[in-house]
Amino acid sequence: MSDEDGEKPHLLTVNNLTVEYWARRGKIRAVEDVSFSLDKGETLGVVGESGSGKSTLGLSLIHLVPYPGRIVNGTILLEGQDVLKLGKEKTRDLRGRRISYVFQDPMTSLNPVERIDSHFVELIRTHEPKATKAEATTRAKKLFKDVGIQPDRINDYPHQLSGGMRQRVMIALALALDPSIVIADEPTTALDVIVQAKILDLLKTLQDRYGMALILITHDLSIVLERSDKIIVMYAGRIVERASSSTLYAQTLHPYSQGLLKSIPNIELAEQKLTAIGGSPPDLLHPPTGCRFWPRCPYVMEICKIKEPPLLETSSDHLVRCYLYRGEKAS
Amino acid sequence: MLPVQGRKSKLNESEIVRVEHLKKYFPVEKGFLERLLTRTRKFVKAVDDVSFSVLKGEVFTLAGESGCGKSTTGKLIVRLMPPTSGKIYFNQTDITRLQREQLRTIRPKLQIIFQDPYASLNPRMKIGQAVGHPLEIHGLAKGAEEKQRVNEILQRVGLTPPEQFTNLYPYQISGGQRQRVAMARSLILDPEFIVADEPVSMIDVSLRTTIIDLMLDLRRDLDLTYLFITHDLAIAKYISDRIAIMYLGKIVEMGEKHEVFSNPLHPYTQALMSAIPVPNPERKRTAIELKGEVPSAIDIPRGCRFNPRCPYVEARCKVEPELMAVKPGHLVACYRIEN
Repeated sequence: MSDEDGEKPHLLTVNNLTVEYWARRGKIRAVEDVSFSLDKGETLGVVGESGSGKSTLGLSLIHLVPYPGRIVNGTILLEGQDVLKLGKEKTRDLRGRRISYVFQDPMTSLNPVERIDSHFVELIRTHEPKATKAEATTRAKKLFKDVGIQPDRINDYPHQLSGGMRQRVMIALALALDPSIVIADEPTTALDVIVQAKILDLLKTLQDRYGMALILITHDLSIVLERSDKIIVMYAGRIVERASSSTLYAQTLHPYSQGLLKSIPNIELAEQKLTAIGGSPPDLLHPPTGCRFWPRCPYVMEICKIKEPPLLETSSDHLVRCYLYRGEKAS
Repeated sequence: MLPVQGRKSKLNESEIVRVEHLKKYFPVEKGFLERLLTRTRKFVKAVDDVSFSVLKGEVFTLAGESGCGKSTTGKLIVRLMPPTSGKIYFNQTDITRLQREQLRTIRPKLQIIFQDPYASLNPRMKIGQAVGHPLEIHGLAKGAEEKQRVNEILQRVGLTPPEQFTNLYPYQISGGQRQRVAMARSLILDPEFIVADEPVSMIDVSLRTTIIDLMLDLRRDLDLTYLFITHDLAIAKYISDRIAIMYLGKIVEMGEKHEVFSNPLHPYTQALMSAIPVPNPERKRTAIELKGEVPSAIDIPRGCRFNPRCPYVEARCKVEPELMAVKPGHLVACYRIEN
């Protein structure tokens, strides 16, 4: 957590972010004390199961946590500027122009009664009132070429495109204002495996071409291990492990990350014995005391049930929230 | 190379289910004007001439992308819908045209588990009722005996102690537990054959393995046979004994799991396998690029249905290849294996 005070400022620095949903039955801490940084051109993978807080984290970054959620603590610094302190106009400018979002379901993210090109015209002219309709369309056509769709398909309605093409349109929309960060929240979960590989390859190509940073939010550990530079593993609203993907793979420390890795089938292994993580994720209305993972942890100790472990730094790029590594880098 | 689909062979003792030339065409609804102006009827050819058999005690997987016809095939086998043509045999008996009462007698032996445990359980029925309901429908048990059978089966699927669950409603339990309830409900009739249609794709990753291992344990303990339907080849590789890859309503490759995964021969199988993410940052990706996307099942390409996207397409692909045996048990519908 000290690595946030590096010499050169990061593109994005998130410090101690905490987000709560104030439901009728009580308060749910969906994201708690999350800190990380992101540099230009980097890919950060955020992996976790449903309810781990990964999507809430993504939405917080563009200050778009849905009601009844609110950001109760923390700072989000984008190029040194606190995103949470921006006014209404500036926040609108932030969304789309500086950070853009690709949602999971391309079927529901496009307006079914509008042609694709009006999506682009509306987006571009909202942010750049001086742009003419013709200019916006020309730019949209260029973006279509970038994402690999015939430019003349721009006059189609969303229902005329396949699922994979709609997700390409979503990516084109996300890139329209040349943002410095693209957040892709389960961008390929609704898609078949061949289309999924194509979309992920496309994101990588565009990232290399335009130099934007990418935050890839997914439940699929295989995808983040394969596609990101560094990884955050989330469990019940908490970061439980944070490392570069090669470090995380070579030295998986947290029992939850280890469990995930042992429970997903790997097609390249000839024989594989999968071991499941026992139990199920906690109810965040009544989270367990101490470490949130202890009821499912094979290495649980007495202290885990009483006090939540802090994020321990086991090496310069490796953080883990687990008492097993207390001795690793004490003093 | 002997063509297999056309071969007439005797029904085998060890086969529990066998389908021959199974087809399911859904008519496409036309608009009013179109109905007046055109005479041709169009069909979605969801399943288009599929033949295979499932052996007693094995896990046979149908894998493929959405729209390839794998779920329709599963539903046809348990007779949830009638096939357009073809034959379905269950334990050496032709069940293709069974009606009402006859169908009811075989239903307990042929069960299906669906993908979405949120949609497949009645929200107003308590777990105990839902699991015991099939016993009532088939007049097999009621009252105290029903309760006891329900408790036994809940225990079997790992919902222990069962008394804790029987009085809960589906919304009160987790997705993984719901899928266990769905399994309990299909198992209570003591089936021999279960079609599992994407049973884990809506369940959290950390819980998937427990459900799959439970399925495998139940197979051993209760002498079950599974037809497992999935789009996830990594899971297919873990659970199956044999696997068939489907593309646009047809099987393009079929064989022993190890054979198909270590030596995939159909260009589609190869592309599918190269696209699967592997949990290893060191791995070099050598994806096989396919042209375009899966065509519509209404206008299926002439000849080999994969030819417009195939990187190795040649002249003879204009005639549709049949499934041919490369070696015993490994069948591929592609002319390249002749080379």
